[in-house]
Amino acid sequence: MLVDFFFKLREYQLKTSLSELMDLLRALQKGVVFADIEAFYYLARLCLVKDESQYDKFDKAFADYFEGVQQIDLFGKDIPDEWLRKEIERHFSEEEKAKIKALGGLDELMKTLKERLAEQEKRHQGGNKWIGTGGTSPFGANGYNPEGVRIGQDKNRNFSAAKVWDKREFKDLAGNVELGTRNIKIALRKLRKFARSGTSEELDMPHTIEGTAKNAGLLDIQMMPVRRNAIKVLMFFDVGGSMDAHIKECEELFSAAHTEFKHLEYFYFHNCVYEGVWKDNKRRGKETMSVFDVIHKYGSDYKVIFVGDATMGPYEITYPGGSVEHWNEEPGALWMQRILQHFKHGIWLNPQPQEYWNYYASIGIMQDIMEQRMYPLTIDGLGEAIKALHKK
Amino acid sequence: MSFNGTSNYIASDELRLAVNAAITLERPLLIKGEPGTGKTMLAEELAASLGTELIQWHIKSTTKAQQGLYEYDAVSRLRDSQLGDDKVHDIKNYIVKGKLWHAFENTNRPVLLIDEIDKADIEFPNDLLQELDKMEFFVYETRETVKATERPIVIITSNNEKELPDAFLRRCFFHYIQFPDQEEMRRIVEVHFPDIKKDLLAQALESFFNLRDIPGLKKKPSTSELIDWLKLLVAEDISPEALKDKDSKKAIPPLYGALLKNEQDIHLFEKLVFMARR
Repeated sequence: MLVDFFFKLREYQLKTSLSELMDLLRALQKGVVFADIEAFYYLARLCLVKDESQYDKFDKAFADYFEGVQQIDLFGKDIPDEWLRKEIERHFSEEEKAKIKALGGLDELMKTLKERLAEQEKRHQGGNKWIGTGGTSPFGANGYNPEGVRIGQDKNRNFSAAKVWDKREFKDLAGNVELGTRNIKIALRKLRKFARSGTSEELDMPHTIEGTAKNAGLLDIQMMPVRRNAIKVLMFFDVGGSMDAHIKECEELFSAAHTEFKHLEYFYFHNCVYEGVWKDNKRRGKETMSVFDVIHKYGSDYKVIFVGDATMGPYEITYPGGSVEHWNEEPGALWMQRILQHFKHGIWLNPQPQEYWNYYASIGIMQDIMEQRMYPLTIDGLGEAIKALHKK
Repeated sequence: MSFNGTSNYIASDELRLAVNAAITLERPLLIKGEPGTGKTMLAEELAASLGTELIQWHIKSTTKAQQGLYEYDAVSRLRDSQLGDDKVHDIKNYIVKGKLWHAFENTNRPVLLIDEIDKADIEFPNDLLQELDKMEFFVYETRETVKATERPIVIITSNNEKELPDAFLRRCFFHYIQFPDQEEMRRIVEVHFPDIKKDLLAQALESFFNLRDIPGLKKKPSTSELIDWLKLLVAEDISPEALKDKDSKKAIPPLYGALLKNEQDIHLFEKLVFMARR
């Protein structure tokens, strides 16, 4: 049951597991929802999706599956009248039969029904979703309509709840869209690695007790350092020029990183890293720090993140004197390699949409220098980047 | 001793082979696979089908290998010494047995589940190499060696959050549980919820025709709602051929024989067909 639905979700790359499907089935068994597709949609989402960034995928998968389901012609329009007539005689109560008679007998009624069916078919020939016209039965236990059989319905009762998933309200939360500060923080959180370091300022209960016990009851107080996020991050931001279009994303990334990491250092560069980088963008040119000093100052355990669009003339990377701002004795590529050789973990985040990467030769060159560790500045990209930073 | 799956647990041929090899050759079996593919359940069902005890050791990030062997409860001893309890003179009173010790003691070859070993510290598997290999360990406090009377069947599960050391992997058999395909999945669901579809269909029909009250239902569903619901329930049972086949005699019958519970349900369904078809 619902196995096809489940595999449809997996087809849409939702990471949902067997035990979650079991939860959904259990909920159905207990009657949490009943004969209400919209409620079913919410229940299925509740059980199967565990991250709001996956809601949009779920909506798409649900719409896809449900469209297929709606097209099922459950009752087969070509069942002969004789068959139905027999059923009516068999299953309708005497009272109901009497009412049918009042309508002019079964034959008359069948005629009306046929006309109505024809009319309905005509009306719906444009659409491909088969729609049941409900609630106006002349027979059902719900009561008999003395006005006779209503032809058609006042309004099209097309499946209104479909809107819930067709709206795709959660599109913005999907992983491949742009970032907000909160999203970035959540992504960066994956880079956490807690370790105890620094001065001992917290009471270490287990060791105190152990020590005291070993001391035959004489109190032996043990202290330990506080647990901190031990990850150290060094960021290089490309500023100016083509990066002006991406200021907002970069600001968000910076502010998120700043609150997330205790050991965060950052420098600016323009287009490509050359012999000097700077900390204060107003006084660039005057107060630069040599890249050699950066390498010597920060240990190789710092994780390096470059942020830039890598969109420039290829010569700016590969040739001496390629820089558009000053004369560089050695090509940018060499400086990049020096940095990457020292720091074991380095990645490049590119705010330029990934679809365009192929159109810029410089991005390809930079990709090669980074050994393909260039990722788009989106939630998914950031996630991938952090995974790469974790690799040994 | 061999394992063939149980009525509650659908085991693929490869998995059965892996388990039986591990039983016969007395090697730990390392099981990986996506969450929800029944790794933990395998050990439970294995113990049930072999009729032995299941000893479960759930690993957390703080779990130490030593805790699986034994722990020396120094705090109790300290307290007892302060209170002048006589127990304090024998250190044996303060050795708390761990899961491995329990498994080694058991004479009816038990199943030992080491669950989610990847949650533990990176050194954890290495600390258990000798113990799992020789199935024995030494208790320093009492100078005794604990040796397994019957080598337990060891099932180890991992969610792949950390890589396991090579030395450890070399000592294990390894099986990756594939995510079940559609057919297997149906069988698994069938095992856990044997009659769910029939129940739901019957429930839907009965409540629609006011034969039964469904608790928590504010209003009776409309025909279109009910039909959508039924479609959702039966969607995957209708083959594409049946949909194309407009032969009147087959249009309904394939559905109800298989899906509806009893004759009454079938009649209700036919009544609904009639209403929907007006």
